[in-house]
Amino acid sequence: MAQRSEITVDESAARACMAALRRALPPDTLLTDPDTLRTYECDALSAYRRLPLAVALPHDREQVRTILRITREHGVPVVPRGAGTGLSGGALPHPRGVLLSLARLNRILAIDPRNRTARVEPGVRNLAVSEAARPYGLHYAPDPSSQVACTIGGNIAENAGGVHCLKYGLTVHNVLRIEALTADGETLVAGGGGLDGPGYDLAAVLTGSEGLLAVVVEATVRLLPLPQCARVLLAAFERVEDAAAAVAAVIAGGIVPAGLEMMDNAAVRAAEDFVHAGYPTDAAAILLCELDGTEAEVEAGIARVRALLAEHGATEVRLARDEAERERFWKGRKAAFPAVGRLSPDYYCMDGTIPRREIGRVLTRIAELAREHGLPVVNVLHAGDGNLHPLILYDANRPGELERTERLGHRILEACIEAGGTVTGEHGVGVEKLDPMCRQFDEATLRQFHALREAFDPRRLLNPGKAVPTLARCAEHRAMHVRGGRLPFPELERF
Amino acid sequence: MAADADLGEQLAARVAEAAAAGTPLRIEGSGSKAFYGRPVAGEPLPLAGHRGIVAYEPAELYVTARAGTPLAELEATLAARGQRLGCEPPRFGGRGTVGGMVAAGLSGPRRPWSWAVRDVVLGVRCINGRGEILAFGGRLMKNVAGFDAARLMAGSLGTLAVLLEVTLRVDPAPEATLTVSLECDMAEAIERLAAWGRLPLPLAGACHLDGRLHLRLEGAEASVREAAARLGGEARADDGGLWAGLRDHTLPFLSGDDPRPLWRLSVPPATPPLPLPGEWLLDWGGAQRWLRTDAPAGAVRATAERAGGHATCFRGEGIEPFHPLPPAALALHRRIKAAFDPAGILNPGRMYAEGGP
Ligand SMILES: Cc1cc2nc3c(=O)[nH]c(=O)nc-3n(C[C@H](O)[C@H](O)[C@H](O)COP(=O)(O)OP(=O)(O)OC[C@H]3O[C@@H](n4cnc5c(N)ncnc54)[C@H](O)[C@@H]3O)c2cc1C
Repeated sequence: MAQRSEITVDESAARACMAALRRALPPDTLLTDPDTLRTYECDALSAYRRLPLAVALPHDREQVRTILRITREHGVPVVPRGAGTGLSGGALPHPRGVLLSLARLNRILAIDPRNRTARVEPGVRNLAVSEAARPYGLHYAPDPSSQVACTIGGNIAENAGGVHCLKYGLTVHNVLRIEALTADGETLVAGGGGLDGPGYDLAAVLTGSEGLLAVVVEATVRLLPLPQCARVLLAAFERVEDAAAAVAAVIAGGIVPAGLEMMDNAAVRAAEDFVHAGYPTDAAAILLCELDGTEAEVEAGIARVRALLAEHGATEVRLARDEAERERFWKGRKAAFPAVGRLSPDYYCMDGTIPRREIGRVLTRIAELAREHGLPVVNVLHAGDGNLHPLILYDANRPGELERTERLGHRILEACIEAGGTVTGEHGVGVEKLDPMCRQFDEATLRQFHALREAFDPRRLLNPGKAVPTLARCAEHRAMHVRGGRLPFPELERF
Repeated sequence: MAADADLGEQLAARVAEAAAAGTPLRIEGSGSKAFYGRPVAGEPLPLAGHRGIVAYEPAELYVTARAGTPLAELEATLAARGQRLGCEPPRFGGRGTVGGMVAAGLSGPRRPWSWAVRDVVLGVRCINGRGEILAFGGRLMKNVAGFDAARLMAGSLGTLAVLLEVTLRVDPAPEATLTVSLECDMAEAIERLAAWGRLPLPLAGACHLDGRLHLRLEGAEASVREAAARLGGEARADDGGLWAGLRDHTLPFLSGDDPRPLWRLSVPPATPPLPLPGEWLLDWGGAQRWLRTDAPAGAVRATAERAGGHATCFRGEGIEPFHPLPPAALALHRRIKAAFDPAGILNPGRMYAEGGP
């Protein structure tokens, strides 16, 4: 069953489906004009672009259901999309499929301060939840750097993290209840109004499932009290290895920072040029370490972290004097990707996660690989949880450079796997990391993933060709790896 | 103490054989939670011999242990390094195993402010119903490669796979713990908790029983003292075994020989007192409510559902233990079980009847 290749859709089925959708939906809900479709041709991984048959922009859950029923009837694939900030091509359209944007389902349905929850539609932006909760002294903890734009539906699909997830958890730890529609339009409720639901923990599997299992149409998320006090330390290092060792030391010291981030020199300079965060631009690497809690607790913690950082060779440790400076320190970090984006026509963001103690070694290895491939790499890390974001700078207009970038990217992910890590910490597999998935998982495990998917979506119509590689693809990938060659027919699609 | 041993291959062979023969298996840890869930008719598959801590790296905040490792042994190892499991799983009689803890997915009083069992599961090695050894997740907090089948195992009561090894997130133990107790009735306790829940207090437990609200504070010495002063009431370092009794179900309310069924209701924490007869024990700041009642199962379940939650019959003769699922959800559960265990041999019917998982 799982060995079957991904679906094929014939022309006439696609046409019939479009006609049926047009009949069933109001005109502003179905877009087919090529210029409009182009807006949706990619997510934030712009190296992959494709036009869908149509873009559906439903206003409510019932329209989503209608769309799913019709597409299923015609065997047409559906690709869910939130804000399109994904970095692995998860929302890349299917050429014979409907791109289903959840952007119009963007209402905050309820803020419940007594139960400390927010019930929202999937198209609500991440930051909007915290903004709505703030008057009650509450916030939604997972805070991806893209939080002004990315949606809760997309966060659930990718199990998004943020700078505060070491202490407060990822999306999976902060979503209590999900209402979703399966590929055949049936309602599926996962989790519950309390802290758990009956039966299997479907909320856990839906989270991080990249839109392959069901379309999220509503979520109830946990809100946490805003901390009484948060302070951030900035530490500068002359050697990247020292910064890496300091990260391990802080965690080993029994401290759970609210955030522990690292940037290398190139990232520091780019961010400084862009937002003037006040970073020391001569440092080989900086760490940002935030502690939160009560005043007394934070003060004691800051003293301990300061000592640990100094012990591990920090040349300078600065405590943000006030809230404005704290925000400035974070602004530099949160703007790191766009800042790096100004250095080069294109950049490619990797997302490997490794054990903390391997950070120094893997960063050295990345620098070697970068030299070998003749491409600059800038490093931004959620260091506290070992999550690396090497950014490879390239120019897609130079022939062969994207291919070289991808080769370098795959080598970097291999280095992560070899260090005992994983090919994706928070950005998802999408279309981009299908081959590295073949390295990380054996055939039996991949077959199990396919079987699990088919339990939800037997016809594999939701986001086909993403997240889990087919066994055929992996067999080919492994054979290729043995020969060390390039793909035999690079122009063919390999789902 | 029994010797550590890796029986993974043998166990997998045994499952493969059973799958071929269509023989149902009853997976056994220590049997400490045998009362939980529906009885399974099958040949026993004992896991207790498959034991031992495989890896523990305090600085990486994880531990990997074989399923048959006694929970008490694991916790002692962590405590020696100043660490612990945030999910505070019950130790029923001190016999529980690590695999049983994940399979049952029961979390202790700290759950709302720390983690649930499923939250601390970072990875598992397991045997599916085909006898294949599979690995999901890993040792890292952040990992979105592949579906999160590792967390799906938590609470699945062995109906999807035989757990061989689990990797768990560990957390530093706090510097100080204090318990604050106040006289008040249940309705007032719920009101107070709803208000306090919005404040950044270092809470790590909140339960109400016998007319008293007990709050556990954990963290830095200074912040725990400050919070205790703010909450008022009497504060003490010695809780008289309250939290351990709640956690391990040794409190008379949970363990005693009350002939009435013991129900667990999972509801939004600020839900007002529910209109059901019997005695209540509120845990998890109100989100987990224990009830001793003779009320009919249907009434208990309907009441929990109206409040936005569900009800489990934790101990009680002749009552379906788990909250019934709507038909479409039950069908999905069956397909998920079949995806892992096509022959239906792993703890069949432990959760639901009639070919359910
Ligand atoms: C500058 C920048 C910084 C970033 N920083 C972070 C970070 O710190 N942490 C982090 O985790 N990520 C980060 N990301 C990645 C990205 O923002 C996240 O993956 C985010 O969760 C995607 O949300 P989205 O709404 O844009 O989803 P999209 O990109 O539209 O979609 C992502 C995936 O979700 C699926 N999907 C979307 N909505 C639904 C739904 N309702 N139901 C089912 N499936 C759905 C899509 O099919 C796709 O597979 C960053 C991205 C950028 C561009």
